[in-house]
Amino acid sequence: MSYLEYAVKTTPSGFRKVFYLNWPLALLLTAVASVGFLQLYSVAGGSFSPWAEPQMKRFAIGLLAMFIVAMVPVWFWRNVSGVAYGLSLLLLVFVEFFGSVGMGAQRWIDLGFMRLQPSELMKIALVMFLAAYYDWLPLRKVSHPVFVMIPVIIILVPTFLVLKQPDLGTAILLLTGGGAVMFLAGVHWAYFVSVIAGAVGLVWAVFQSRGTDWQLIKDYQFRRIDTFLDPSMDPLGAGYHITQSKIALGSGGWTGRGYMQGTQSRLNFLPEKHTDFIFTTLAEEFGFIGSVSLLALYALVMVFCISSAMTNQNRYAALLTLGIATTFFLFLAVNMSMVMGLAPVVGVPLPLVSYGGSAMLVLMLAFGLVQSAHVHKPR
Amino acid sequence: MSRKPRDSQGSTRKVTRRAALVGGLQLGFMGILAARMRHLQVDQADQFRLLAEENRINMRLIPPARGEIFDRNGLPIARNEPAYRITIVREDAGDVEAVIARLARLIPLDPADIDRAMSEMKRSAPFLPITLAERVSWEDVSKIAVNTPALPGITPDVGLSRYYPLQKDFAHVVGYVGPVSDYDLSKIEDPDQLLRIPRFQIGKVGLEAKMEEQLRGSAGTRRVEVNAVGRVMRELDRREGEPGANIQLTTDVMLQNYVQARLGDESAAAVVIDTTNGDLLAVGSAPSFDPNLFVRGISVSDYRALTQNDHRPLAAKSVQGIYPPGSTFKMVVALAGLEAGLITPDDTFWCGGYLEVSNRRFHCWKRGGHGHMNVTGGLRESCDVFFYELASRVGIEKISAMANRMGLGIRHDLPLSAVAAGLTPTRAWKREVHGQDWLIGDTVNASIGQGYVLASPLQLAVMTARIATGRNVTPRLIKSIDGVEQPSGSGESLGLNPRHLSVVQGGMYEVSNSRKGTGYGARIIAEDMRMAGKSGTSQVRNITAAERAAGVTSNEDLPWERRDHALWVDFAPFDDPKVAVAVVVEHGSGGSSVAAPIARDITLQALFQGDPPLDAYPAKDRDRIAEQQERLRALRPDLSSEAKSRA
Repeated sequence: MSYLEYAVKTTPSGFRKVFYLNWPLALLLTAVASVGFLQLYSVAGGSFSPWAEPQMKRFAIGLLAMFIVAMVPVWFWRNVSGVAYGLSLLLLVFVEFFGSVGMGAQRWIDLGFMRLQPSELMKIALVMFLAAYYDWLPLRKVSHPVFVMIPVIIILVPTFLVLKQPDLGTAILLLTGGGAVMFLAGVHWAYFVSVIAGAVGLVWAVFQSRGTDWQLIKDYQFRRIDTFLDPSMDPLGAGYHITQSKIALGSGGWTGRGYMQGTQSRLNFLPEKHTDFIFTTLAEEFGFIGSVSLLALYALVMVFCISSAMTNQNRYAALLTLGIATTFFLFLAVNMSMVMGLAPVVGVPLPLVSYGGSAMLVLMLAFGLVQSAHVHKPR
Repeated sequence: MSRKPRDSQGSTRKVTRRAALVGGLQLGFMGILAARMRHLQVDQADQFRLLAEENRINMRLIPPARGEIFDRNGLPIARNEPAYRITIVREDAGDVEAVIARLARLIPLDPADIDRAMSEMKRSAPFLPITLAERVSWEDVSKIAVNTPALPGITPDVGLSRYYPLQKDFAHVVGYVGPVSDYDLSKIEDPDQLLRIPRFQIGKVGLEAKMEEQLRGSAGTRRVEVNAVGRVMRELDRREGEPGANIQLTTDVMLQNYVQARLGDESAAAVVIDTTNGDLLAVGSAPSFDPNLFVRGISVSDYRALTQNDHRPLAAKSVQGIYPPGSTFKMVVALAGLEAGLITPDDTFWCGGYLEVSNRRFHCWKRGGHGHMNVTGGLRESCDVFFYELASRVGIEKISAMANRMGLGIRHDLPLSAVAAGLTPTRAWKREVHGQDWLIGDTVNASIGQGYVLASPLQLAVMTARIATGRNVTPRLIKSIDGVEQPSGSGESLGLNPRHLSVVQGGMYEVSNSRKGTGYGARIIAEDMRMAGKSGTSQVRNITAAERAAGVTSNEDLPWERRDHALWVDFAPFDDPKVAVAVVVEHGSGGSSVAAPIARDITLQALFQGDPPLDAYPAKDRDRIAEQQERLRALRPDLSSEAKSRA
């Protein structure tokens, strides 16, 4: 499908596009980000610095970027998908070779005004490229083994690079996000069933490899899994994060301990309370009601994205929107599972709420794409 | 839609179907998250709330004030003084070295302390105070207070520390405190958490150690909110502890001071007991030491000086030291003989200078002999042969039993370290310990307080008090604990025949007041203060045949550590006994010449509760006594300020 297929009359153009933006989605995103501002203010002990203020500025920039991206027709984004993927891959290779040598064990490139993590960029670029691929691929060839292998390679190359950094969280996100796009594009069930079966086998192999010469993952990763399975095993060492996080969550009760009254966060018992564990501070201070409210906001974001995608006749736009929504979901699902003790501790931030520039900006760009898809929907 | 791509319809339908599936799965997972949240936040909320509180709240102990120790008149013997120390907090100080350098210009700092503080600082959290200097004077503290702006992070910290205002006088009675050591902790089963407070002081020896539980008090608690690294954020509440019990002793500060001053540099001990109720008025041991040195942490050189001194300043000789009682034991033998009915007060033995027992000659101290002697004369002139004869008739079992009734060979229950039991030998004892049969010669030796018999100055004072009153006087050191009067030691009657008692008392009176008495030189001439005493000179060696042949019998010719011990016991006034005194001067040579004058001075001091009038002394002694009183007055503690601070 190309831009020629769009009937100019049915697609808004010029300034009129503003009226066709998915405004409820933009409002929801602002609401989610505001929860972040609120908690960053609280975590800093009632102060805009050092976290809340920069976060607000970044969100403002992100919002602007989202609108700009939204104004650009979605077929332009489709056409640059390959470029985005290639560029992200190059940057990943760059930090792999130069990042580790020149800048220590860092995963980012300093752009001056912000630090760019290529792996963040890749999460979006991968979805874009896969969506473009399936847009290009005739539907009847989707389940053809050759045409299944191509996206698998597209997914595995960046996943492997990220895993080498090592960044287990992002690797899982890339793998699952990419897989989800393939599934959405209509690849045959059998592939997924066999891959899942293979994955179970691999996990078994990983555990079997422990302590042998051919150990497949690092010791500290094994320890994270151990402490995830039994946090009480090492309450002051590796299990400390999970234990303290659960204490903070649990002590919130129904209504929480009150804004800025959370003892776990205020007294620094929570690890990385402004980034990966920010959800626990919310849960501690606003209780079950507060945490379920945030969950509901996230659910609404998902609903708006999915409904937008389901009403979009454009295959690229629909796959892109769903892919981004799925990536967004994976972010929050992994993060929340982690702080609630349902998953091992992997470094995945809570989308739009955790403090952090790269992730915030990349997510807003991604929602810009979603908006673009929405605005340029054939009507 | 005017134009549709070939397979757009189908693809859209497929995407829609799978999207619904994926979306449904995602929302379902969110439902699981919500359920998990409900489980943690609602079902388990109480449990986690408790854990959060445990995280947040820390209990801190507040050390209680140690009970103070006073004398019978309420004068302080051991008290708590504010002790200042200087601490530094790294994060407040900023440039630690510059701040310390500035501080060193203000007050004297020990470079070793600075090094220790610097290394401690590297190991501990930046907000924890590190001690820079201890026992800082009030002047230095005020210097720091004035210069606070130039000394960021430096704070004077005040705590309580033990202080013994009378210094050497009570070292052997009260003992001293010191910081809890690992050894102390290992000795105590289930130690109080208090003891783990750094620099907490615990009684190490003497009364401070024996009465530790009463003196210590109980800790208060402070609940504080702490953060993850242990920094105290605020105090939540506070419960003050119970201060330790104050203890009032039976001793008299002024008399104790006099005793210590009078004993001076001699290696000696003296005990003054109130015969009416067993109160120990003074328990002296010389030479002494300043217990405050130990509280501060004694230097190696000071400690070595104390341990290497042959006069053993660290030993509490009054209760720990055991000596052959010598002739002071003769009252016990006399009473045993009289009570057993083996002699009457008028029976006599003939003293020819020696007694031959199983082919061995036992000499009287008077080579020429005393001639015919009855009990009174035997005591007066301390005739050894009389008691040889008497003892060999009475037998060791009855003598030892009488000695026990008199308080010898018994460990008196006093809150002091290592109270000695002494020894009153029996046949069974010798068989058990030495594996030998008791010999008649052993009885003969025991009759004059030699051989196996051993007694402490405290026991000799108790014995004298019992002879003086005929009652089972028991020594008492603690008058009251927190105002609660402790049981008196006046005791029941011993059930001795009053006539026998008065014969022995009369013999002792003659010792001091008859021209023939061995203690006549150290008598009291004030009519209503007359004293009754008994001298003792106990050998610490066997005179060898070679020495006897060479004629070396004079103590002056011997090195100090081989000279005889000088002993004296007395009670006074004779007509209505108030005090009993025992004095032992180690290697003092002669009981009547060395120990008796000391005992007389102490007895008079106790009876007059201060310097006695000179006319209590025989005329020829008065000039010397006046000069001595002058000299000892200078050593008296100035209690006017103490009295004022208490008022």
